[in-house]
Amino acid sequence: MENKQTAIPSVHAPPAEAAARPRQLPAWVIVLAFLVLVGFLGLIAWGLNRAQQGSIQIHDAVPSFTLTGFDGNDYKTADMAGKVIVVNFWASWCKPCEQEAADMEAAWKTYQPNGNVIFLGVDWVDTAPEAKSYLNQFGITYLNGPDLRTAISQIFRIKGVPETYILGKDGHLANVKIGPFSSVAEIQTMVDPLLK
Amino acid sequence: MKRYLIIPALFLVALAALVWFGSVSAQTPQPQPQVPVTDNQVNAVAHELYCPVCENIPLDVCPTQACAQWRELIRQQLGQGMTKEQIKDYFAKQYGDRVLDQPPLQGLNLLVYILPFTMLLGGAVLVWRVLRSGRNPSAAVPNQPAPIPPTPADDAYTRRLEDELKKMK
Amino acid sequence: MIPIFGVGVLFLTFIVALYGVGAAIYGGYKHQDAWVESARKAQLLTFPLILLVAATLEYLLLTGDYQVQFVFNVTSSSMPFYLRLTALWGGQSGSLVFWSLLMSTFTFAVTLRKWERDREFLPWVIAVCMITLAFFVGLALFAENPFDRVWQVGGAQVVALFAPAGSVPVFPADGNGLNPLLRHPGMIIHPPMLYTGFVAFVIPFAFAIAALITGRTDDRWIRITRRWTLVAWLFLSMGLVLGMRWAYDVLGWGGYWGWDPVEIAALMPWLSGTAFLHSVMIQEKRGLFKRWNLILILLTYSLVIYGTFLTRSGVLSSVHAFAQSSVGPLFFGFIGFTFVVSLALLLYRWNALRSSDENKMTSVLSRESFFLLNNLLFMGILAVCFWGVNYPLISELITGQKVTVGPPFYEGATGPLFGGLLLLMGIAPLSAWGHSTFKTLGKAVWKPFIVSVGVLVLAFALGVTAPIALLAFWLCGFVASITLYEYGRAVWARHRATREILPVALWRLAGKNRRRYGGYIIHLGVVLMALGVIGINMFQTTTQGTIAQGQSLTLGSYTITYKDFAQWDTNDNRNVARAVLAVSKNGQPVGEVYPRRDFFYESQQPMTIPGMRSTFEDDLYVVLVDWQSISSDGATFKIFHNPLVSWLWTGAFVFILGMLVAAWPDREPEPVRVTVKSTVVVNQAL
Repeated sequence: MENKQTAIPSVHAPPAEAAARPRQLPAWVIVLAFLVLVGFLGLIAWGLNRAQQGSIQIHDAVPSFTLTGFDGNDYKTADMAGKVIVVNFWASWCKPCEQEAADMEAAWKTYQPNGNVIFLGVDWVDTAPEAKSYLNQFGITYLNGPDLRTAISQIFRIKGVPETYILGKDGHLANVKIGPFSSVAEIQTMVDPLLK
Repeated sequence: MKRYLIIPALFLVALAALVWFGSVSAQTPQPQPQVPVTDNQVNAVAHELYCPVCENIPLDVCPTQACAQWRELIRQQLGQGMTKEQIKDYFAKQYGDRVLDQPPLQGLNLLVYILPFTMLLGGAVLVWRVLRSGRNPSAAVPNQPAPIPPTPADDAYTRRLEDELKKMK
Repeated sequence: MIPIFGVGVLFLTFIVALYGVGAAIYGGYKHQDAWVESARKAQLLTFPLILLVAATLEYLLLTGDYQVQFVFNVTSSSMPFYLRLTALWGGQSGSLVFWSLLMSTFTFAVTLRKWERDREFLPWVIAVCMITLAFFVGLALFAENPFDRVWQVGGAQVVALFAPAGSVPVFPADGNGLNPLLRHPGMIIHPPMLYTGFVAFVIPFAFAIAALITGRTDDRWIRITRRWTLVAWLFLSMGLVLGMRWAYDVLGWGGYWGWDPVEIAALMPWLSGTAFLHSVMIQEKRGLFKRWNLILILLTYSLVIYGTFLTRSGVLSSVHAFAQSSVGPLFFGFIGFTFVVSLALLLYRWNALRSSDENKMTSVLSRESFFLLNNLLFMGILAVCFWGVNYPLISELITGQKVTVGPPFYEGATGPLFGGLLLLMGIAPLSAWGHSTFKTLGKAVWKPFIVSVGVLVLAFALGVTAPIALLAFWLCGFVASITLYEYGRAVWARHRATREILPVALWRLAGKNRRRYGGYIIHLGVVLMALGVIGINMFQTTTQGTIAQGQSLTLGSYTITYKDFAQWDTNDNRNVARAVLAVSKNGQPVGEVYPRRDFFYESQQPMTIPGMRSTFEDDLYVVLVDWQSISSDGATFKIFHNPLVSWLWTGAFVFILGMLVAAWPDREPEPVRVTVKSTVVVNQAL
């Protein structure tokens, strides 16, 4: 065993315990220590709650946002109050998005004369040239714009593309479609009930 | 008696000065955008960006098609004469601060730069105080004149003795 | 039937562990040895039970029972035997069982030690161990059950343990197969090593809690757990190094560490664990820092479970992260409980932890001071890592803006701190416990110092001009020469005294003071690793280019020529595209490298494996860039030149060697019968 330098008691013995009163830990230190710990745990709990939340739920109010279109203009959803808004998240590098692209345009054409339905295409983390060629390829005429700083997708807490969120006339989320639509009819079954 | 230490101390000071000046004066040379832009120039910029979609994957190694598109975008922008900083700013504006490899030095982000440093400083102060207190033996309670058997509480030797006694029951 | 059996035994393990907790606490509180003994038996029993569970799960994996969802997710019929075996830790639920198994191994081993001298610790150690085991087994039972099976009810598929009403079992023909990134030897031993390191820290933690509860806050708990801590730290270190090697070999990023949040989550307990390892020596030698040592071990274990929580709960996202599940909230509850109880106990016993007055820090240059500085630096690095990992979460919560904290932050902040640690590693062994002066230190240091200046000159001559690199190389030379000098001096002295030949003197010397000389070897290992880190971090160069067969790419003094290309399907369901490149250095051919791209049909995922030529001087690392087309007409290659990186792996071996020397058990000293005159005994023993 290695040499251990234990303190061998000196001839002048150390003072008895009673002579030196141990300093009590001040109450404020204890309180502070627990406060810091609880604060930290609270923060983590908040974050965990967020992470577990999943996407926005039906009937939740959707905050108003601004979409900067590819044409350069800003379009506020606050200006579209009272209308049914179909928010479709897509990207040019997303293969499943291509499956629904034509259907989306066709559905838009049926609702366009009505005037009470607005289709918003939000281009999620994409590059402008490829996005524009995607729009050209499928002849998409409804409003599209990039999701700048991923602000809009964060409102809906999307997990990927394509995802479509349909807002009712009251501005609350009425319907959700994760993944591509399979047909124009499917889009219409989601939108028509909201037009009443 | 401090002869031994003067030379290494001077040496350390000189080295420290060199390091300081070295780091202050060293500038990363900006690649002059030429046509055509090489893969290496693209990688140099992409290395400092993260994939906007996948989590925590640097842009120069991300294999997805989306990332390939972004690297092409960087190539075009370099060809147009944009600097690395300008490209990074563009990406941050388009895709959020998440794509940068460091939080921008503003607002709440300053917290992550300051807090560790403050904690280190606080720890250094604590260490300093511990070292200082050790050099004032007068802080200890004065010794008693006559030899008195020490109380068991603080003495490691007696503690061990007690353990052995306990073991023997 | 077998999955039902597995669940049953798992449930039994859970019950036994809970019983152990209850019996231990009751027996400890009421001082009733019968209950404590019963709890001890329960703890022993959990090991064979969980072993049976793991064996059952392995059986399902090996025989390919794809109705079991976990088996479906991580295996496929084309996977070789050894991969099916190691797929146990390829997914969340299986890795929870694996984790429980490892923990149970350690708790089993600790139960077998001789407890006569430490009877008062036993109930609390059992309680802590069994609470932790019950938690992880409970997670596997209730949150992510590996025995869940797939059923068909009506038109939908449902996952459940037992057949839902009106359901039919679903038997997929084949499984998904293990994630391609995990099919690598490094990935096979990295998780077991890392998990072992993590779970082994529960033993020192349990003893620390027991010490706090019983009030036996002298260094008894440290002495008992010294080897456990060393073992835990060794496995954690090796787990980290293996992770680095895997990243280097398989990811194709040309590096070994990305400062990914999950990597940092594993690094944090290592940082406080290393500080703890050093700091306990102060308590053993001088009786100081009792409180600090307790804080360190409580912190280390807390970081282990916090890191595990971060990885598995979905709070952080990363390359490593497991998929999200209900594990998160349960884990959070466990963490909250552990943190609060640890803090409460620590504050409760705070006053009893006063160190004896006569042992004070009397000299700034004593070894205690250097260890204190060592702790300060480790805590500094820990603070950087902690805030770096947690800040993205904080930012997103408070401002809604996600940010990434990446390598520039970590490297800039921790670089100087690591450099400081390197310096301390050199000087500290020269100082003495209790008292050192400039003179004694200076005398010890000037000869190795001259040698280190020689290293600096050598580095300069070899073309190194960057000041930081020069400083770093000088530090390595300084530490290495001090360590070798100290060792050499002691061996020489022993040789002169005992007339043993040098190798024998070396051996005997290390045997006499294992901890010191093992420590020296570990430090040497660290220096070698530092050499590798400096080489690759500061001097890496890279280039990328697209070339056709017959063409070449140049990087520095190296030229690679694209010689051949082949593509074929293997019998384990992947497509391999392999390029042959001839490497020449300064015009002289030095070999060939074979980078390849494996495409796994099952999971539709590619993997690029670099071709490497490694020497002690440098690595030439060539990757096939797989998002461009690959053929003999043209393929894109990315080349990295990594100087000195082999020293990183070599250093790790030396590190292990040093650990073995340091941790090798000494023969327990026999109680010596001494006949002494009674008067002498009275004066000296008391």
